Amino acid sequence: MKLRKVSAASAAVLALALTATACGGDDKDSGSSGGDGKKITIGIKFDQPGLGQKTPDGYAGFDVDVATYVAKKLGYTEDQIEWKESKSADRETMLQRGDVDFIAATYSITPERSEKVDFAGPYLLAHQDVLIRADDDKIKSPEDLNDAKLCSVTGSTSAQNIKEKLAPKAQLQPYPTYSACLPGLQNGAIDALTTDDSILAGYASQSQFKGKFKLGGFKLTNENYGIGVKKGSDLKNKINDALEAMVADGAWDKAVKDNFGPANYKNEPAPKIGDIKS
Amino acid sequence: MSSVLYDAQGPRAKRRNVVFTAVFLVAFAALLWWVFSTLNDKGQLEWALWKPFFTGTEAWSTYIWPGLQNTLKAAALAVVIALPLGAALGIARLSDHRWVRVPAAVVVEFFRSIPVLVLMIFGLALFAEYTNVGPDDRPLYAVVTGLVLYNASVLAEIVRSGILALPKGQAEGAMAIGLRKGQVMRLILLPQAVTAMLPAIVSQLVVILKDTALGGAILTFPELLASANTMSGYYGANVIASYTVVAVIYIALNFALTSFASWLERRLRRAKKSTGAVLSADDVETADAGNVGKV
Amino acid sequence: MFDFLQDYDLAGAIWTTVQLAVLSAVGSLIWGTLLAAMRVGPVPLMRGFGNAYVNIVRNIPLTVIILFASLGLNQTLGITLGGGGDFETINFRLAVLGLILYTSSFVCEALRSGINTVPVGQAEAARALGLSFGQVLRLVVLPQAFRSSVVPLANVLIALIKNTTVAAAIGVAETALLMKEMIENEAQLLLISAVIALVFVVLTLPTGLILGWVGKKVAVKR
Repeated sequence: MKLRKVSAASAAVLALALTATACGGDDKDSGSSGGDGKKITIGIKFDQPGLGQKTPDGYAGFDVDVATYVAKKLGYTEDQIEWKESKSADRETMLQRGDVDFIAATYSITPERSEKVDFAGPYLLAHQDVLIRADDDKIKSPEDLNDAKLCSVTGSTSAQNIKEKLAPKAQLQPYPTYSACLPGLQNGAIDALTTDDSILAGYASQSQFKGKFKLGGFKLTNENYGIGVKKGSDLKNKINDALEAMVADGAWDKAVKDNFGPANYKNEPAPKIGDIKS
Repeated sequence: MSSVLYDAQGPRAKRRNVVFTAVFLVAFAALLWWVFSTLNDKGQLEWALWKPFFTGTEAWSTYIWPGLQNTLKAAALAVVIALPLGAALGIARLSDHRWVRVPAAVVVEFFRSIPVLVLMIFGLALFAEYTNVGPDDRPLYAVVTGLVLYNASVLAEIVRSGILALPKGQAEGAMAIGLRKGQVMRLILLPQAVTAMLPAIVSQLVVILKDTALGGAILTFPELLASANTMSGYYGANVIASYTVVAVIYIALNFALTSFASWLERRLRRAKKSTGAVLSADDVETADAGNVGKV
Repeated sequence: MFDFLQDYDLAGAIWTTVQLAVLSAVGSLIWGTLLAAMRVGPVPLMRGFGNAYVNIVRNIPLTVIILFASLGLNQTLGITLGGGGDFETINFRLAVLGLILYTSSFVCEALRSGINTVPVGQAEAARALGLSFGQVLRLVVLPQAFRSSVVPLANVLIALIKNTTVAAAIGVAETALLMKEMIENEAQLLLISAVIALVFVVLTLPTGLILGWVGKKVAVKR
């Protein structure tokens, strides 16, 4: 009884605050999500070097290159693209609500997600892997991870995979972002940073880290990166055509080289559209 | 007060002071040197990691300034909404009617005893589940909601102590000339109390500004602290450098606010325009625990 | 209705919160008192240090301090605080350290205002008896100052209990982190929030009431 009263009271006050804040925020102009057809809104990551990273000159990374290519094929110039940050947890909602036209943000195709959104692609096959110090000889196989100190991002799929099946006995340090794991990895406070190898390659290929880190190459999981679109959207087929064209004319290979090149990251060949490795 | 704690120093005390100073200085310098040399060993002082902040403005304009804008926006929204809400609650708590006084007291005490972070986490889930606020705005809304709920109840206490700190004669005199209760509050008590409360309110701004950082660390609100995360991704994981720069910005901002508050306090105490005592943040805090549960 | 609670270690999380609060409270009382002593003492350098410490630390968000404790002290400088290689222990201790560093600046301020309430005559009389600065502070001034700062210190303690939630930023399994986890996995948002809110009301309200009462009891009547 008492509980209900407390929550009722808090709900009432919240409702009050809610109406008040609603006036404060300014409404998004609806022109951004289509209408005149002159703009396209694309969701990417902002904090993952190599895939999607906000930089002083705009945005850079493999996801960004793929999305730009696709947008061009759809008839938009680079100036007509509006980039939006799509955090992992928000991606399905953003598509369902129409906040973005499509999402290319290390977005793995999974059965659960496919129920809510449609996927074009895959355009890259990545694997969960570990980034370790170049001189580390302790971690040679996935089994060694059980005795290791790992680091990942709070609430990420990679962190959950480790806890639930890959290395349940390992110690896991959660941080708000991957780059926060790197000083510890450098100094030996952490043995391995774990997430998709494409993301790790992005970090390892930054000039400051050349020769300091290496990828474990364990292929712990298969991550089929797809481009997410709203369920039933006709964009799916157009994007698939664009992705095929990108592989055919060599732009795909160039994007891989540009973004992952220096990391000694052996990428998988370009996946066939609709070929989802489980 | 401090100087009455010890005698004027003779030669022996002076010598002892020199020894203390030297020992303290050596210990402190040793600590600093250790931190500095270890950071240097670990390569955290490499110029490449710090360069973005000192040469060129791109780090500032791409990451820090947008983050700072969000921090200030959240803090400003929180203050603007919390102030009237807090004033209303504070006045309600002074009401003659039990049915107004008691609920106001319950609300104030409830939200003062819950961590802001818990309120923010609750807000985030609430907006996601029951409203159609977009994912871009949700963290901002959640942070502002948490800050408003907590700070409105703190401001309510500030308002209440500000009014209670006025001499009784003010209200009595006002009633004697035939003003109604609302008029007494509006025309006599509030104007005097507001002046007295200003320093305490400015100090509360510091608390609000600091608490916005919670949104960045735990709710993915893209404010100043979170901008350090995005930034360190681009500049080769210069986490230590990024966080240091961000910490310095917080200190500068809050130090300016604190100094403004104490300047205001000194000025108001000197001006003596109002009859009430000037409330500093400390006074309000002092009033707090004593009044907990008083309805 | 409360079935979902069985899947989560709520008691353990609350216990972590309590431990964080108690250990940090003891630590910040000690360090805060030392800081206050420095600030009223005769050595100019220590006075300057005390002043600078309080003014800097008070103005940094606790979140930044705790993240620094983890990223700076632990990951970069290699301080483990005797936690060995166990992240849980290290993070817990780092959070306590961060909370102490932050809270002691407020303890110092509360004590300083307590010292200011002790009448000048007390210290003068003590000095007339030939007591040194340490003796004046320890035997005469601080005992009275503590008695009149019970209420402000109680407020610092309440704030500290609530601030323990910030430890969630470095993954300490305390109550707020558990709440976040429960909300992400369960559908009962209002119920979960009510339970967590109740936990903190139970932790903080009695603290305020009891210490408020104690404060009135022990206050030096003048």
